[in-house]
Amino acid sequence: MGATVTTANNTENTWGGGNEPMGASYGKLMMWFFIVSDALTFSGFLAAYGFSRFKFIDNWPIADEVFTHFPFMHGVEAPMYYVALMTFILIFSSVTMVLAVDAGHQMKQKKVAFYMLLTIVGGLIFVGSQAWEWKNFIKGEYGAVETKGGSIIQFVNNKGERVKLEDFAVRLPGQREELTRSQGKWFMKSEESLASYSVAEVQAGFKAHPELLVRTEKIYRDTKEDKANTKLQPGLNKNKQREIVTRAESEVLVGNAHLVVEGANLKHNEYGSKLFADFFFFITGFHGFHVFSGVVINFIIFLNIVLGTYEKRKSYEMVEKVGLYWHFVDLVWVFVFTFFYLV
Amino acid sequence: MSHAHEHVSNTKRIWLVFALLSVVTIVEVFLGIVRPDFLFMNNFLGMNLLNWVFIILTLYKAYYIVWAFMHMEGEKSSLRWAVVGTVIFLVVYLLFILLVEADYIYDIFKNSTIKWNF
Repeated sequence: MGATVTTANNTENTWGGGNEPMGASYGKLMMWFFIVSDALTFSGFLAAYGFSRFKFIDNWPIADEVFTHFPFMHGVEAPMYYVALMTFILIFSSVTMVLAVDAGHQMKQKKVAFYMLLTIVGGLIFVGSQAWEWKNFIKGEYGAVETKGGSIIQFVNNKGERVKLEDFAVRLPGQREELTRSQGKWFMKSEESLASYSVAEVQAGFKAHPELLVRTEKIYRDTKEDKANTKLQPGLNKNKQREIVTRAESEVLVGNAHLVVEGANLKHNEYGSKLFADFFFFITGFHGFHVFSGVVINFIIFLNIVLGTYEKRKSYEMVEKVGLYWHFVDLVWVFVFTFFYLV
Repeated sequence: MSHAHEHVSNTKRIWLVFALLSVVTIVEVFLGIVRPDFLFMNNFLGMNLLNWVFIILTLYKAYYIVWAFMHMEGEKSSLRWAVVGTVIFLVVYLLFILLVEADYIYDIFKNSTIKWNF
């Protein structure tokens, strides 16, 4: 396989072969071109996310309220910490990858294999973390109600703190149970799984708790218009937080309820705008798929390192090529992190 | 590949870049949790200063990942321009069109007589 290690640059005979355009070998150049196209794909996704967000800028969920979980810390609001940890794991696996490339330049087989293994482990931990993040997102925490107009309303107490559905909803007799196969589901088209409470149960619970208020999707901007708005509960609304409306207005909104939403899926989202969940699943999913493919490719290269393929080839350029891909995955995550969690 | 046969170890620089990326990430997370009012409540060109800080820090991190980890600094300038120039040009173009358009649609929704979300 002489072709993969050619370094000679024959200036006397341009068309005689062995030439490397832009001073990079064929494989590396193609990896760079692949990265360019993939970067544009991700840019397209993130730009589409930006488009939807700018379009619904007054209703977009606040990331700090969505991603608040940390392993083994139940009920503790820990925004950002978990995703920061994930970011560190990915950056660190990028570092071990670049150390593997560096060791490859010095033809130290064992060192390359060791760092490569660390990189693979880092990648697996990252994918696992993402799965856990998805689980929390899908499961939801507080639950919400969707109105007939498609807007999400959430519940707070008179101090403005979030209240879970299970804390106030009542059990009413005669509410429908989710049908299973043994109860005649077999002849129906598959139905969406029912929430823990029906709309009527939430409405009855809301009536029984006069201290409850509704928090809408809309973000309070502290403008003159907002200050003059009599529908908003005085004293609870803060700039750039979601609007909390008065009890009278809350009752109107709850009366408009159409569906109980718990967690998020591609159709409904208890955190607010449905598009937020769609983009979250799609972009982090596509990124997670890249990480997973990266782990698989890294593993193949790891096997080759251990088998001594690159020792025989007298070049560890293959490690460099997968390294480029791996760093690119890290690079994408840096942007996803910013635009989903920070901004 | 010009650097490949030099056999120089860059370990020190790698760890330095790692430290840099870590510090920037910690600063980002810290700002994201605290959200200081003087940054969060003041706007510049339609976006609050905090978001500007985040985006600039992100680009700073991206620069180091591409230049140090992907070793762009060792490539020929023709390769650098072919890759980075193309991506930056197209991304800026795409963002400009989509974000301006989205802002326009936002205004339409806001001022229209039809309620779309209630």
